[in-house]
Amino acid sequence: MDNYKITKKEMSLSWRRRIAHLTLIVISFFCLIWFFILFVNATRSNGELTRGFTPIPSSHMMENWIHLIHGDLPVLNGLLNSVITASASAALTVYFSTLTAYAIHAYNFKGRQAMFTFILGIMMIPTQVTALGFLQLINKIGLDDNLLALILPGIAAPVTFFYIKQYMDSNLPLEIVEAARIDGSGEFSTFNRIILPIMKPAIAVQAIFTFVGSWNNYFIPALVLHSDKKKTLPILIAQLRSADFLKFDMGQVYIMIAFSIFPVIIIYLLLSKSIVGGVTAGGVKG
Amino acid sequence: MNKGRNSKAVSYNKWGYIFLIPFILTYCVFSLIPLINTIYNSFFECYRAGLTQIGPNFVGLANFKEIFLTPDIWIYLKNTMIMWVLGFIPQIAISLLLASWFADNRLRLKGSTVYKTIIYLPNLIMASAFAMLFFTLFSDGGPINDILIKIGIIAKPYRFLSHVWSSRLLIAAMNTLMWFGNTTILLMAGMMGIDGSIFEAAEVDGATPNEVFYKITLPLLKPILIYVAITSLIGGLQMFDVPQVLTGATGDPARSTLTLIMYLNKHLYSKNLGIGGAISVFMFIITGILSLIVFKMSADD
Repeated sequence: MDNYKITKKEMSLSWRRRIAHLTLIVISFFCLIWFFILFVNATRSNGELTRGFTPIPSSHMMENWIHLIHGDLPVLNGLLNSVITASASAALTVYFSTLTAYAIHAYNFKGRQAMFTFILGIMMIPTQVTALGFLQLINKIGLDDNLLALILPGIAAPVTFFYIKQYMDSNLPLEIVEAARIDGSGEFSTFNRIILPIMKPAIAVQAIFTFVGSWNNYFIPALVLHSDKKKTLPILIAQLRSADFLKFDMGQVYIMIAFSIFPVIIIYLLLSKSIVGGVTAGGVKG
Repeated sequence: MNKGRNSKAVSYNKWGYIFLIPFILTYCVFSLIPLINTIYNSFFECYRAGLTQIGPNFVGLANFKEIFLTPDIWIYLKNTMIMWVLGFIPQIAISLLLASWFADNRLRLKGSTVYKTIIYLPNLIMASAFAMLFFTLFSDGGPINDILIKIGIIAKPYRFLSHVWSSRLLIAAMNTLMWFGNTTILLMAGMMGIDGSIFEAAEVDGATPNEVFYKITLPLLKPILIYVAITSLIGGLQMFDVPQVLTGATGDPARSTLTLIMYLNKHLYSKNLGIGGAISVFMFIITGILSLIVFKMSADD
């Protein structure tokens, strides 16, 4: 600190750093507080909840949970349906998006540029605007009230395709494909045995995104699924809202919300590094 | 394109078509046919009145006339836009500030990975569950009222969901909370893409952090800002889960939080295919124009 000018600069930098930390702590507080209250309230009984809020968790979590699964809402069924739909969507979406991206990346066929432009063009058409025709269609082909109606469309996922194509452009040299050909590997088996493993990092990120997107999806499932046995968690949550909730056991309401939200939070915290890094390339959402 | 590779790859090119089949087939069945079908329906009168089925009868543009001449769709478009703007302004302001800190090499914020992880978290939360959570937290006898009374800010419970502006603000705040992390990361990537020597030159010339931000970062960031604004607008027009669950599908108070997609959803449930189709086509055209702008911009890059 022998130079006055540097000291002054360092001072202002350290002040800016302090302001930045303070702001970020306040913002982080507002991101997390809701989940903290949710957690605390999920551990309290209805009686304790009506007496007002305290930040100290209680001991009724298991009790709330048991009441919930023995209640009117088919919660465990909902969980199973959500897990099936989200996993199957994630698997189909990443596999076929990678295949589509590979077709455009590795082969120089006629109309390839047009196809690429077309997929980019349809990327932003919201599912809501085609919902009406979609519902008519699945009625006709017998997929109404069927989880397959939520899973199969994932085979054509332009956003996932775009992300994987970007990753291929910088990480998949075509020499690898040619080497495989010289070794006598068939095109389809080259894709499955050589390309898929190379694409693993991009596939993992997109699998998580698709899983979470499907897990959270409410608009289309609410229109497609009618019977209690088929409903996914977001539909049950919305049903909880339309029930006259004051008559309800609030402990059950909180544990139900917690039960829909916390699995995603846990997956996220385990994998947050690759997720946050993956946002940049795939970010074409609201 | 590398000429040498072309000639070698020639015999394999049919595989490009084969590998595209699943995508094209699925897209046609589950998106293209439904889209055409939706547009087709918008020209027909087709609904149920009590137990009798009316239509389908071809009515030309009558459905469009009906939705555009009744005030409903304009009210819901206005609601949607108000809530989007209320959510977007704080979102972009906070995101710009945070992104400029995260991207600043001199600041070297400790723990920035932890902060990024936290601010992105709300984006992954099930919107319907998050809305249900806010509904219980902000209900008349809920924890938020309880806390506000305990610390003496208000004397009796404030009925958040019974007033027009508090309901809209609550929905806007939830949108901000769910999307600012995503926007921060996008803007940060944009800022890190700016050539570092520009900042060094500015520093040598004695520019203050504020001057650097307003005169260098912001102008260079303009394309990304426009991209973020338009994609957010497209997302905003699709606003559904949060107001639907928060207000129990009513859009109350006095339909002031009823959005375009909630309106569409009502017609999909009541199976009024003509009007539902016309609303869908209206939404399709608006998002189509907006997407085209984004598409043109990314193509220019």
